[in-house]
Amino acid sequence: MRRFLILLHREIASAFHQPLAYIVLFFFLLVTGFNFHAGVSLLNNGGGTTTMIQAFFNTVYFWIPFLLVFPLITMRVFAEEAKSGTLETLMTAPVRDFQVVLSKYCGALFFHFVLWAPSLLYFVTFEKVTGLNPGAMGSCLGAYFMLVLMGMLYTAIGCLSSALTDNQIVAAVMSFAIILTLFFLGLLSFLIPSTGPLLRELIHYLSPLEHMMEFSSGLIDSRPVVFYLSSTGLVLFATYHVFQYRRWKS
Amino acid sequence: MVKVEKLTKKYGGTTAVDAIDFEVQKGEIVGFLGPNGAGKSTTMKMLAGFLPPTSGSAEVAGFNVFSESLHAREHIGYMPENVPLYGDMRVNEFLRYRAALKGVPGRRLRERISDVLELCALEDVEKKMINRLSKGYRQRVGLADAMVHEPDLLILDEPTIGLDPNQIRLVRDLIRNLRRHHTILLSTHILPEVEMLCSRVIIINKGKIEALDTPQNLRTRLGEASQIVFDARVSDARSASNLLQKISGIDNVSLRTDGDWTVFTIRAAAGQDPREAIYHLAVENKWPVREISRPPVSLEQVFAEVTNGEDA
Repeated sequence: MRRFLILLHREIASAFHQPLAYIVLFFFLLVTGFNFHAGVSLLNNGGGTTTMIQAFFNTVYFWIPFLLVFPLITMRVFAEEAKSGTLETLMTAPVRDFQVVLSKYCGALFFHFVLWAPSLLYFVTFEKVTGLNPGAMGSCLGAYFMLVLMGMLYTAIGCLSSALTDNQIVAAVMSFAIILTLFFLGLLSFLIPSTGPLLRELIHYLSPLEHMMEFSSGLIDSRPVVFYLSSTGLVLFATYHVFQYRRWKS
Repeated sequence: MVKVEKLTKKYGGTTAVDAIDFEVQKGEIVGFLGPNGAGKSTTMKMLAGFLPPTSGSAEVAGFNVFSESLHAREHIGYMPENVPLYGDMRVNEFLRYRAALKGVPGRRLRERISDVLELCALEDVEKKMINRLSKGYRQRVGLADAMVHEPDLLILDEPTIGLDPNQIRLVRDLIRNLRRHHTILLSTHILPEVEMLCSRVIIINKGKIEALDTPQNLRTRLGEASQIVFDARVSDARSASNLLQKISGIDNVSLRTDGDWTVFTIRAAAGQDPREAIYHLAVENKWPVREISRPPVSLEQVFAEVTNGEDA
């Protein structure tokens, strides 16, 4: 446990030691700030029954930075160390492989949380300024819970891509492709309206868009929770094996 | 301290390390010598617990490097070739991280770090970012990292490669001072380095151990058949060479001209010293002589001999 914490500390520090972290943070805040502004305008123009939370979490301005940021956060985690050779010194220290994989994953996930933490302030500000409720407690918790769940899976996918290659760009492109595929799979029912009930059920089960819609309206469904937790576990397990395999082969 | 048995590493169809056996006793400095691609780095990576072997076993400080890897790694300090470091950290920060990771208890961290900083003469750059350091400093940070947890065995892969002569001397002095506390296994293809530092040499070529002995023994083993340099002004080099060849104990003679002078390189048979006979021959023929000498056999020649001259 002590070694895991040391590794985790190093991961988090190294994430913030690079200029990319601040560029990502800057643009991320810019876009989410704009998204918030768009949400407020929508409500001003008579948004009907939508709450601020729903207006914030279900727009294209939310999805674009949300999906785009994972490849940027995770591309370096394994690829950089493999390329620079520090993996060799790291893995000849008395640490277990799973400790390294988990610490890298948790470090990236932590950065994801840091990115989203300021958004909480938006809703606090909204309430202070307008005196209105940004959304029911349940929908607020639901939206952030979904943010954490999706973040877990997409960070794991990013880590897997990074473990597969020495090249950070390749890792980023790979994880971006996988994450986008998952996202667009969920849009299939909009593209092909005449799908059967079984397929629609399946697509609904996979669709991040629909998951977020449900959760941000306060509907906490256990199926997406199981889906995200189990697929995160699966992808991390794959990452662990890829990580070991590539070392054994090198 | 180190016990290696039938260690083998195959990459697909090629065999990088082929069933090597050797042992290293506590307190020894053993040099791994071989041309590029001979299997030095692969062997060291396996010993450090980074690469699993295809077959065979290795033991460090009583722990199997593969089945008890974690325990073995606690006793090993490994410095890879080209010394990969985290450029975004400061020197003391990096050493602190590495020491903690390798299990140095919290209360001893400060003491250990100041010890290795002093030993590696890194106090001036303690607070500098690693990616701002020169190659010589980086090398010493790598060494400091390798020994920060007081390992019994230090594995150093090409510790002096790419350094200028001054830095090489510094690193060598450092390694020499370390022998009191650590067993050291180092690889190099610089021969004088081995002669200066190591108590034993393992010559490895194409994944096989070609020779394993002390530098002195290796030299005498080859020194029996010695070389003599004879530099004289002769009227006809060809006939002089024929005359020399007739002296008993001379195997063959090769020559090159240097202005009016001719330099003969004479290979004497084992245990023979024909220098006196050569002197008499020169007096007889009234050849002015600049040099008759028997230069000591260097490891360079030993190396060329055992590796059949490749890359030597």
